[in-house]
Amino acid sequence: MSTRLSRGGRLIDRSQAQEFTFNGRRLRGFAGDTLASALLSNDQVLVGRSFKYHRPRGIVASGAEEPNAIMNMGAGGRFEPNQRATTTELFAGLTATSQNHWPSLEFDIGVVNNWLARFLPGGFYYKTFMYPRAAWKHVFEPIIRKSAGLGRAPKEQDGDRYEHAYAFCDVLVAGGGIAGLQAALTAAAAGKRVMLLEQTAQWGGRAPVDGVEIDGAPSDTWVNAAIAALGKMPNVTLRLRCMVAGVYDHGYVLADEKIADHTPGDGRPRHRLWRIRAGKIVAATGAIERPLSFAGNDVPGVMLASAVRDYVVNFGVSAGDRTVVVTNNDDAYRTAIVLAEAGLAVPCIVDARPSVTGDLPARARALGIRVETGKAIASVKGTKRVTGVALCMQEGEGAVLEHIACEAVAMSGGWSPVVHLWSHCGGKLTWDAAQGYFAPDATRPPTGHDGAAMVVAVGAANGAFGVSAVLDDVQAGMRTAGNGSGVETPARRKEDAFKTTEIQPVWIMPQGAGIKLKAKMWLDYQNDVKVSDVQLAAREGYESVEHTKRYTTLGMATDQGKLSNINGLAILADALNAAIPQVGTTTFRPPYTPVPFGALAGESRGDIFQPLRRTPMHEWHEQHGAYFEPVGLWRRPYCFPRGGENHAQAVVREVDNTRGSLGILDASTLGKLIVKGPDAGRFLDMLYTGVMSTLPIGKCRYGLMCNENGFLSDDGVVARIDEDTWLCHTTSGGADRIHAHMEDWLQCEWWDWQVYTANVTEQYAQVAIVGPNARKMLEKIGGMDVSKEALPFMSWADGVLGGFPVRIYRISFSGELSYEITVPASLGLAFWQACHTAGVEFGAMPYGTEALHVMRAEKGFIMIGDETDGTVIPQDLNLAWAISKKKQDYLGKRGQERSFLVRADRWKLAGFETLDGTVVPDGAYILAEGVNDNGQRNTQGRVTSTYYSPTLKRGIALGLVLGGLDRIGDVVSFNTVTGGKLEARVVDPVFYDKDGAKQNV
Amino acid sequence: MLILECPYCGVMADETELSPGYEAHLKRFGPGSSDQEFEDYMFARKNPKGVHFERWRHAYGCGKWFLAARDTATLEVFGTYPAQSKAPPMALQDKIRARRPDWKGFA
Amino acid sequence: MSDPVSALGQMSYHGFAMVQEIGPLGMISLRAKPDVAGLVEVIWSVIGTALPTQRRIEVAGDTAIAWMSPDEYLLILPYDQTGPALAALAAALKSQHYLAVAVSDARAVFRITGVKADQVIAKLAPVDLDSMAVDEVRRTRVAQVAAAFWREGDGFTLVCFRSVAVYVMGLLTHSAMEGSELR
Repeated sequence: MSTRLSRGGRLIDRSQAQEFTFNGRRLRGFAGDTLASALLSNDQVLVGRSFKYHRPRGIVASGAEEPNAIMNMGAGGRFEPNQRATTTELFAGLTATSQNHWPSLEFDIGVVNNWLARFLPGGFYYKTFMYPRAAWKHVFEPIIRKSAGLGRAPKEQDGDRYEHAYAFCDVLVAGGGIAGLQAALTAAAAGKRVMLLEQTAQWGGRAPVDGVEIDGAPSDTWVNAAIAALGKMPNVTLRLRCMVAGVYDHGYVLADEKIADHTPGDGRPRHRLWRIRAGKIVAATGAIERPLSFAGNDVPGVMLASAVRDYVVNFGVSAGDRTVVVTNNDDAYRTAIVLAEAGLAVPCIVDARPSVTGDLPARARALGIRVETGKAIASVKGTKRVTGVALCMQEGEGAVLEHIACEAVAMSGGWSPVVHLWSHCGGKLTWDAAQGYFAPDATRPPTGHDGAAMVVAVGAANGAFGVSAVLDDVQAGMRTAGNGSGVETPARRKEDAFKTTEIQPVWIMPQGAGIKLKAKMWLDYQNDVKVSDVQLAAREGYESVEHTKRYTTLGMATDQGKLSNINGLAILADALNAAIPQVGTTTFRPPYTPVPFGALAGESRGDIFQPLRRTPMHEWHEQHGAYFEPVGLWRRPYCFPRGGENHAQAVVREVDNTRGSLGILDASTLGKLIVKGPDAGRFLDMLYTGVMSTLPIGKCRYGLMCNENGFLSDDGVVARIDEDTWLCHTTSGGADRIHAHMEDWLQCEWWDWQVYTANVTEQYAQVAIVGPNARKMLEKIGGMDVSKEALPFMSWADGVLGGFPVRIYRISFSGELSYEITVPASLGLAFWQACHTAGVEFGAMPYGTEALHVMRAEKGFIMIGDETDGTVIPQDLNLAWAISKKKQDYLGKRGQERSFLVRADRWKLAGFETLDGTVVPDGAYILAEGVNDNGQRNTQGRVTSTYYSPTLKRGIALGLVLGGLDRIGDVVSFNTVTGGKLEARVVDPVFYDKDGAKQNV
Repeated sequence: MLILECPYCGVMADETELSPGYEAHLKRFGPGSSDQEFEDYMFARKNPKGVHFERWRHAYGCGKWFLAARDTATLEVFGTYPAQSKAPPMALQDKIRARRPDWKGFA
Repeated sequence: MSDPVSALGQMSYHGFAMVQEIGPLGMISLRAKPDVAGLVEVIWSVIGTALPTQRRIEVAGDTAIAWMSPDEYLLILPYDQTGPALAALAAALKSQHYLAVAVSDARAVFRITGVKADQVIAKLAPVDLDSMAVDEVRRTRVAQVAAAFWREGDGFTLVCFRSVAVYVMGLLTHSAMEGSELR
């Protein structure tokens, strides 16, 4: 039985009981409990099932390293899978369910995999790929898919909110134990801006649990004083529940702050992702105890010695009445002592070392605890919970010497520094053979933007164990990090004089164990990787640790191998007959523990997922039933359905109405760039394929822009404003890109040219008044002469129209009589409404982008992004007329001279009319005879724009076809999605008003 | 995620304020250039492990393009300088040489 | 003629800081190098201050001028004074290389006020506010869009593009919600 003790528990408040449910059972814990301690206090030893064999799993650890006790937490909009019970603070009303079992935790069908274990060896997944070939698709994949994944995916939208926050500091200290606190005190005293982040809800780390004394007082006292001192300093920021997730280039650090995990629904954000830029990062992240590899080390009740100690000291919870301690080092004796002092039984300390003489063992012995040296655990009895252990000689093969009944086993294979933050950005490690761990190599640190070390590891994270060593290490580390040593190091603790027996690395127990025992020694509890699996991988030729990891899935579970990695490496090294440092480690990657997607997304969800750009008339469009489509980040009305119209019907009506009487378009998104200066004309002549320098003031000219490859990049009408000022229209999505393109060439290539640019796209609302009644409507509004004589096609004029200061461009993208009118954006809505009011008697209707597209296609006008895809040059689109033959140079000219771009057999623009009047499918290809080397049908062209034309009352298309306009009259076949063909006649791409009579009236 | 000091506005800019522009100090080849010259200009990019010169734009800041000398392996930034430079400033080249004695020099 | 309408009609939000869309505010984007003849004088006459140095803003009552880049300034003035100011610039800089355009309508302007106003910005912009000078203008991004801000009174004035005013209001609202104070 694991249970709550009648006294003790430094973190719990026994006056505050808190009810929670686990798998639907109502249980009770106390404020200050973790879910794990609360479960243990209710004798919930079995907390989950493993991934592959569905073996029963119990709580192993007491912190972030926990591999087994991972839960589905919460419900509905607060449901979250894969949460570690050991790091979940208990609150009243918490609901948790165990994972990876069916139909129930106690009775699980999947455990059948356990009996099939010999068919699911290491590399099982990879082997299923190999043979028989059909088996993967029909047998293995369906089974694996069904059993894959740990927790369930949430089904509802996350009910919480999240946010990011940026922070800057000179020194970021990760970890609020003794080392972190002392590092923060040191840096703060040196006047540095300090952030001290601790992942748990308490300061002090392990020291208070381990009975450490500093300056002659319990470490709690010192910790409280340190926090009080730091809290008063304006240059220090302290954050609890804030896990440093990763260290990135140039001192960039991400930290996940759990604000309201333990107070759900209190109105605060659940998590906050801190995006920190730190001058120096101090990794005071402590160490994690290693398990020992003995047969049955995965049976619920086998726990880390430190965890057993934590549960007693912090929470007043015992893992069992009788606990056998198994160890290869002195530290685990603290657990035995704590248990004995709490009145619990420690039937035996099983120590693999041949002789043990230190002070801690002496204290244990003095308490009457039996210490068996040179011994090992041969096996653990029990399935869903420990009932006992069998002892054997560590040096032997596992012959059982005796059985000892117990409910818990506290194991310790030594401690491994948490080197993640040191390693994330390339800090190198050295192998300490005596202690059996990798520690930061101070001579090969990760470096920052200035080439200097950006991380310093201190304390246990740097391999310094014991408070004296820790404090000395902090002082040395902070001095090398250039962050002062002005703080007096506290006096030594009483354990300074402790005599210890050296740790003896033990990678399997007993050392001569045969295959039967090794197949029961778990390395990775969550992913079910055993000693035998790693050895098999080595035999099968997986010599690289990175390969072995993926082949066996060792360390690939949600705990990322915090417990298993070093033991696995040691086993692999042994199997390969290599030294551990030669085998090396796998790569430490952020985050240290999982960060919720919600925290990473921060504020970016819902209405502010993305910045949607709105024109000044956007709300009017919404009020008038517009159906919107994205154009870059803009949202533009696609059409304005009326009555019961579907979108297609609305588009037909809008086209017919515009061509028949009057259409009004919100064209505000059109890019507008001012280019001014003595060299502006020369500059534009380089940017456009045509000549803009000769454009007369007051006139407009269509222009094409190419990139240096010669491919068409943007198009638009350019207006000459005055002697040294032009206004360049760009495509709606292109304004920022083309403005950047201009600035790039001006700043980086022609920096001696006197040209300034300004992007004034959003300064103006732009309204297109289109159709045969356009002039009549403007004349009714009144204020400007909009006659053909005063304002001819392809000219512009400034004036006042109906009281609005406007600029009118006589340009047309529809082929109709058209005026594009700009007003200051803050008058845009009023002007738009004025146009609709004035337009009533002329049959005015708003139209959307689809009608615009249909009308431009009917006119054979190209659209960037439809007719172009980054591989099309203007010549392909029969736009040679817009390319100057006289200019020596323009961007893209040299590119267009390349042999493959001047070939006669390039696909060129033509129009297409289907023989049966239907619409060519989007993306269709024009079929050619035969097949290519891959057995695919040859092609001779493709559709680029395809619409139903209300004007022609049939399907029309623009496309690129071999031979281009020379093919007019030919009948070609487009493929269809269903594998059929659609015949179409090649025609002139200008389907409507070929000589432009309508727009030029 | 890098930080680079914009030489125009003096801001130590987070990479998220910047947009990249790839290799610096390219010489443009236009009409009249050979196929080889044009190909090199368009496509032949250095990809050194070590000292490299790059274009960056302080896109969310002052909008100016600048150049940066950076070690592509360690990410050490040797310095930034205005885009209106035909070659890295001598002082910067000296600094790089001091930091990377095996550097072949600016070519 | 109708009155000019700002992007959000002076929408406001009261969280742990107050957010208020203001405007319309007159703004002129001026591209010119600081040594252009006549520039200093015309800025004195139009704005009433000296030219700002790198990343600084000079304020004189309801007019101000901010340094935006080595050859760009932002003039801030009452909305109806942009026309006369542009005319004054045109007259003074007639033969010089410069570009001045009104951008009043292309922008949305927000005031973020209160003792914790800085925390609202700290959630959105990769900017070290503690190292920002009192009279400094910072051009940066807030979440996914470009913005500029400076300290003014008991808070900040923040300028962004008009088309994303709804988005920025959403960002500021989210960031200023009660219960999410950073300190």
